[in-house]
Amino acid sequence: MLTIKQYVKVQSLEEAYELYQKKNNVVLGGMLWLKMGRGSVNTAIDLSGLGLDRIEETEEEYRLGAMVSLRALETHPGLNELTQGAAAESVRHIVGVQFRNLATVGGSVYGRFGFSDVLTLLLALDARVVLYHAGEMPLAEFAALPRQQKDILTHVILPKAPRRVVYLSQRNISTDFPVLTCALSHQGKKYTCAIGARPMAAQVYGDEKGILTGGVTGESARAFAADVAGRARFSSNLRGSADYRREICQVLIRRGLLAMEEG
Amino acid sequence: MEIKLMLNGREVTASIQADTLLIDFLRARGCLSVKRGCETSNCGLCTVLLDGTPVLSCSVLAARADGHSIQTLEGLQEEAAEFVTFIADQGAEQCGFCNPGFVMNTIALLRENPNPTDDEIRAYLAGNLCRCSGYEGQLRGIRAYLNQRNQG
Repeated sequence: MLTIKQYVKVQSLEEAYELYQKKNNVVLGGMLWLKMGRGSVNTAIDLSGLGLDRIEETEEEYRLGAMVSLRALETHPGLNELTQGAAAESVRHIVGVQFRNLATVGGSVYGRFGFSDVLTLLLALDARVVLYHAGEMPLAEFAALPRQQKDILTHVILPKAPRRVVYLSQRNISTDFPVLTCALSHQGKKYTCAIGARPMAAQVYGDEKGILTGGVTGESARAFAADVAGRARFSSNLRGSADYRREICQVLIRRGLLAMEEG
Repeated sequence: MEIKLMLNGREVTASIQADTLLIDFLRARGCLSVKRGCETSNCGLCTVLLDGTPVLSCSVLAARADGHSIQTLEGLQEEAAEFVTFIADQGAEQCGFCNPGFVMNTIALLRENPNPTDDEIRAYLAGNLCRCSGYEGQLRGIRAYLNQRNQG
């Protein structure tokens, strides 16, 4: 059972950052994963008073505050137009509406959870993150940072550059953690594929070999899927073996590319 | 620490521990419709409305309700009455253990989307697990309720 000695609803990011540097202090997101733990938290740092629960739009980008709920991501018209519904598709399998009203984008991204659908989608969209101390950086770079670095994630930035996007996942049963997640995007000549729940955290794979340069066909989609599945590292857990994931990976990428092509 | 919130329309001030969960806070104040189920944020039994939004009270700190409004089924008797009576007549209610969460989330659904399709009902209620009766009865019951309401 999780125990918390002190709860602080911070008044500023500086206050949150200072508190977070101390041992056994944690920043609360939706608290859904944290609550499953058995540890002892000294101070729970709540960002909910800082106005980070808004999705802001500029001409170039969407800025998602760290406390934006997954449900807000799911139902936001602009984000779903930008992603052709992939934003909603990426979270609609996550437990239920009540859960998604609590779970936050910031919690999903900062946790860099292996099972994260959200991380998979955002990686394929060339998202950037804003950290209070370290500043702005590509999400892919942040995802690779050591977890020991304690910073406050304030925003996730999505560029509004038009692109085709498809999100697919495989689950053993509805609302369960995914066995594998796959997000594909196509912008100009660039194809980006993010594969998550390997079961390690999502990673991005490009088309460095130019397999899709001539366009997406049944053959090129199959070849690109095989190429990514060959490069990606998979592992086994209760939900599936590494070999099973490798097979599923090829199926999801091929289906995703063909769906993207059909538009 | 001290919190102040609106609970079912009444102002409540209380002294709580930092790690008091909202479900425990509510049950201690007589809101026994809020059931303790899985405690892993999966089953929907503990659903309450936080500022009108359905959330899992087993996964929210009571401290986070400070300054907000919480509604449980005890506070929504009037709004729930017609629907609950209807699905009971249809034989579509769940047992008393899962039913409050199911009713709370159905209320939230119908506030947000008064005329949902079957797929929208399934999607919205996916986070409400039923431990004994299955789901088809509830779907039929909600569908029949909406049809009757729309015809009436």
